Amino acid sequence: MSFPLLTATAVLPALGAIATAAVPAARRTAAKWLALLVSLGTLALAVTVLLRFDPDGDRYQLTESHAWIADFGVRYELGVDGIAVALIALTALLIPFIILAGWHDADPLETGHKRWRPTQGFFALILAVEAMVIISFEATDVFLFYIFFEAMLIPMYFLIGGFGDRTHEHGEETAATQRSYAAVKFLLYNLAGGLIMLAAVIGLYVVAGNFSLTEIAEARADGSLDMATNTERWLFLGFFFAFAVKAPLWPLHTWLPNAMGEATAPVAVLITAVVDKVGTFAMLRFCLGLFPEASKWATPAILVLALISILYGALLAVGQRDIKRLVAYASISHFGFIILGIFAMTSQGQSGATLYMVNHGISTAALMLVAGFLISRRGSRLIADYGGVQKVAPVLAGTFLIGGLATLSLPGLAPFVSEFLVLVGTFARYPAVGIIATFGIVLAALYVLVLYQRTMTGPVKPEVAKMPDLRVRELVVVTPLIALLLLLGVYPKPVTDIVNPAVQHTMSDVQKKDPQPEVEAAK
Amino acid sequence: MENLIALLVAAPLLGAAVLLCGGRRLDAVGHWIGTVLAAASFVIGAVLFADMLGKDAEAREIGQHLFSWIPVEGFQADIAFQLDQLSMTFVLLITGVGTLIHLYSIGYMEHDERRRRFFGYLNLFLAAMLLLVLADNYLLLYVGWEGVGLASYLLIGFWQHKPSAATAAKKAFLVNRVGDMGLSIAIMLMFTTFGTFAFGPVLESAGETSEGKLTAIALMLLLAACGKSAQVPLQSWLGDAMEGPTPVSALIHAATMVTAGVYLIVRSADIFNLAPDAQLVTTVVGAVTLLFGAIVGCAKDDIKKALAGSTMSQIGYMVLAAGLGPIGYVFAIMHLVTHGFFKAGLFLGAGSVMHGMNDEVDMRKYGGLRKYMPVTFVTFGLGYLAIIGFPGLSGFFSKDKIIEAAFAKGGTEGWILGGVALLGAAITAYYMTRVMLMTFFGEERWRNRATASPDQPDVEPAAEHQGAHAEPHPHESPRSMTIPMIVLAFGSVFAGAFFGVGDRFMHWLEPVTGHEHGHPPVSALTVTLSTVVVLVLGAGLAYLHYGRRPVPVVAPRGSLLTRAARRDLLQDDFNHVVLVRGGEHLTRSLVYVDHTLVDGVVNGTAASVGGLSGRLRKLQNGYARSYAVSMFGGAAVLIAATLLMRAV
Repeated sequence: MSFPLLTATAVLPALGAIATAAVPAARRTAAKWLALLVSLGTLALAVTVLLRFDPDGDRYQLTESHAWIADFGVRYELGVDGIAVALIALTALLIPFIILAGWHDADPLETGHKRWRPTQGFFALILAVEAMVIISFEATDVFLFYIFFEAMLIPMYFLIGGFGDRTHEHGEETAATQRSYAAVKFLLYNLAGGLIMLAAVIGLYVVAGNFSLTEIAEARADGSLDMATNTERWLFLGFFFAFAVKAPLWPLHTWLPNAMGEATAPVAVLITAVVDKVGTFAMLRFCLGLFPEASKWATPAILVLALISILYGALLAVGQRDIKRLVAYASISHFGFIILGIFAMTSQGQSGATLYMVNHGISTAALMLVAGFLISRRGSRLIADYGGVQKVAPVLAGTFLIGGLATLSLPGLAPFVSEFLVLVGTFARYPAVGIIATFGIVLAALYVLVLYQRTMTGPVKPEVAKMPDLRVRELVVVTPLIALLLLLGVYPKPVTDIVNPAVQHTMSDVQKKDPQPEVEAAK
Repeated sequence: MENLIALLVAAPLLGAAVLLCGGRRLDAVGHWIGTVLAAASFVIGAVLFADMLGKDAEAREIGQHLFSWIPVEGFQADIAFQLDQLSMTFVLLITGVGTLIHLYSIGYMEHDERRRRFFGYLNLFLAAMLLLVLADNYLLLYVGWEGVGLASYLLIGFWQHKPSAATAAKKAFLVNRVGDMGLSIAIMLMFTTFGTFAFGPVLESAGETSEGKLTAIALMLLLAACGKSAQVPLQSWLGDAMEGPTPVSALIHAATMVTAGVYLIVRSADIFNLAPDAQLVTTVVGAVTLLFGAIVGCAKDDIKKALAGSTMSQIGYMVLAAGLGPIGYVFAIMHLVTHGFFKAGLFLGAGSVMHGMNDEVDMRKYGGLRKYMPVTFVTFGLGYLAIIGFPGLSGFFSKDKIIEAAFAKGGTEGWILGGVALLGAAITAYYMTRVMLMTFFGEERWRNRATASPDQPDVEPAAEHQGAHAEPHPHESPRSMTIPMIVLAFGSVFAGAFFGVGDRFMHWLEPVTGHEHGHPPVSALTVTLSTVVVLVLGAGLAYLHYGRRPVPVVAPRGSLLTRAARRDLLQDDFNHVVLVRGGEHLTRSLVYVDHTLVDGVVNGTAASVGGLSGRLRKLQNGYARSYAVSMFGGAAVLIAATLLMRAV
């Protein structure tokens, strides 16, 4: 038996989480270093997965399969396609930066505070989330996926509810209340989605008799498993609802601004750049893979919701007074683009959507982590509390601007490639939808540049006059992210090469062909 | 030779990277690094130009394919360059004028503590602009297109401690984004129609699709051009863009970037040629803008804003010419090049005046400066004569051809367009004479003025010069500033004749853009004579208003039209009321709706199903229990259901 690489990639951070939690309370720094090392080790494993994966090989590779709960046909089945590989790489890449950026977020408060801040717990929880996210990307057994899809809510709940910003404009008590509200809202929304999915998971078992993604998809393709139209639609809706809460799609999005606003910036990145990607990923893998006909049936409605997300999220971002909530609404707009690309059902749309998941992860991490550095200096999330930062901290302002430019999909940076692919892929099948979505690029410029103008330019506010520029640790976080944004903006081929074949499989799942150009132009 | 093309872009890009990442260590030499790399790019361009001249007119296009950029099923975008006569013209203009303006900026920005960064941005601009004109497909052009937009944003807002500069930068970027929507949609249309967006295949097979599609593509390209080239209705950002340092206004907002829209239209000639409706719209946009800009230019007292109105107007001429099709393309580009010389020269002259006048921009506080700044006066004066189309100078050759071509459009349209172009020439003569007289002639209105201009309380001494509060002591600028002005003045004088005599420029560009000789309904001589007559009328009227009468230091109230023109013909007020205020109300109400309605309804729905809101209210207690109950309840249901299934 070959080395179970996929299991190892998920188990390492899981063990790391336990080990980190077990570090004695006094050895706080050791726990941080341990967590960082584990996350780097996981990154090394993820890179190995990336290298071992053959884009032109089988659809699912590095597969592992063991009987688990034999009586119910539940198997421990893992396997990755190009989409999963890309997202595992993204996850493993971002976690070390999240840990490093949150280095001091869980330090005990200096003076006069009763609350104990469990440093070890903070880093252990991050690693636990990483482990669960990775195994969700790997699972090809629906039940196995469901378990971890749900289970990651628990560490996320404690990360949101337990570790907010160190200072708050309304004082510590209000902050604690708002944090627990955000955490509970996050939990209940996702739980509601999860319970509906559970019903659909059971329903799927009733119809198919097992939980194996590959077996069910094969049986559906060769006609041995016949699903009544209505059954398929109900099951699809059950799955989709859970993923739409997590992604999140309008109107199920309202938990995200609360959660991202109250959580520390690194945890906010964990939510939007890592955990939420499981939702959009699962739409591609489970909704389209298991219920192709129902997916096509639901497409018009989903496209409309995605369009609303794009424009509504962007407009709401323009209206925000809080930096982190602004980024949250921007993310809602971006998730609209991702979902649009998935359900446009064209090669460009789906490759673009997958690339979008990766790029959005990097660009949001860059913007949000720098925003976090900014907020930690001034102790306020309100945009109005800043002004003229560019003059006192030019490097911070410069990196913030680049993160912002990536968020508005400036050509030359990575998100442009994916956003344009999504737009062109959507336009090819639904021209009107593509054109309306294009308005998103104007609104994105608006919320990014307004944010930059209000915080970074103008006369220097007295409160920021002494603000130090980025420190070495912070530069170590930001510089590689920016380098990646530039690199993948100019040379995204390494990612598209991995993703393209997987997208072709998905396209054949739903039996869709790309619209052909009207004129076959001379090459 | 092909392999040199990438170096054209790489040299300034390297400069930008080094200067922006290099840190304080490079403060002492940064401006020289930037200037040398700009000059290097110019030298490479000259080498390529010499090589190109050695080839037959039809075999001059060369290309360089670097690598595959976005390889996705059915979609191909490459990092690849194309250098033909049209691109070459731009390369020489961009790097030539660009290098001169780098040189000028060494002196102009000498006292600015962030000079290194300024040169980094300038280099970034050069790289992006060269990418724009060298790309061999529309998507890569888009990268350059937004790259120049970014550089423009950074440079307009260079003094970002001034809120007005930061606002102007943001506005320029946003208005351009509206245009970018047009470019995006045009590329998407090309993709669905032709399966590609590379220049070669798209333009060659343009004839194989319907006129409707081509019209749609052309109109979307026009929208993009309107944004970048400040044409009506997307012109509102250019006046505000004058917040940037003056060398920026000269390079980006006069000579090069703002002409990118004209490049886009001429580059897409094969599409426009087959879409007559779009061409008509293009000519109308050009004609309206050339009047709009000229009228605004007459009313502004800020020397840079008057010149900005003029830029808008002159680009209107180019867009008008480009809309005329093969009878106008060559002249659009020819005017673009000559305009590049004289307008850049005029802006540098304006900068030189400001340099000697404590950064004063109000022409009502100038006067009689010719004695104190002889070089500036002469070079500015030559630029002035060139732009109004004084016979024999650059503007005369290029603008006259456009007016002629407008008449040659034929029919009523021809008469209207020609008439507008002629009227524009008269107004141009008027406002430029006004600028000239208010600045260099008449009373010395800057004397005995102890206070700073009240409308600019936030000018910081660090910005350009110390002591904006004292009476100015006008003086000539240093050599590094006057040399570029002299070079550009040479271009203003001789470029037109060099291009125009023997139709040299036409023969050069014809293989790319195509050319048809237009036949105006009146003889070419009549057109030329009319041009000279309106020039004399316009300049004469300005002399009566500003030469014969004293210029009041405080602007008189003026007629309704004057007051409207001072406010950019109320377009900004419209934008403010409809877009800014309207947008604020929209986002505010949406924030409210999101908080109460969407959140409320979703929570409420959930509450009616599962008592969610009750739990939300009692969030402090029992959350873990309820979660655990749900999880285990769910699992129990699952197991029960499975067992049931097995039993059946």
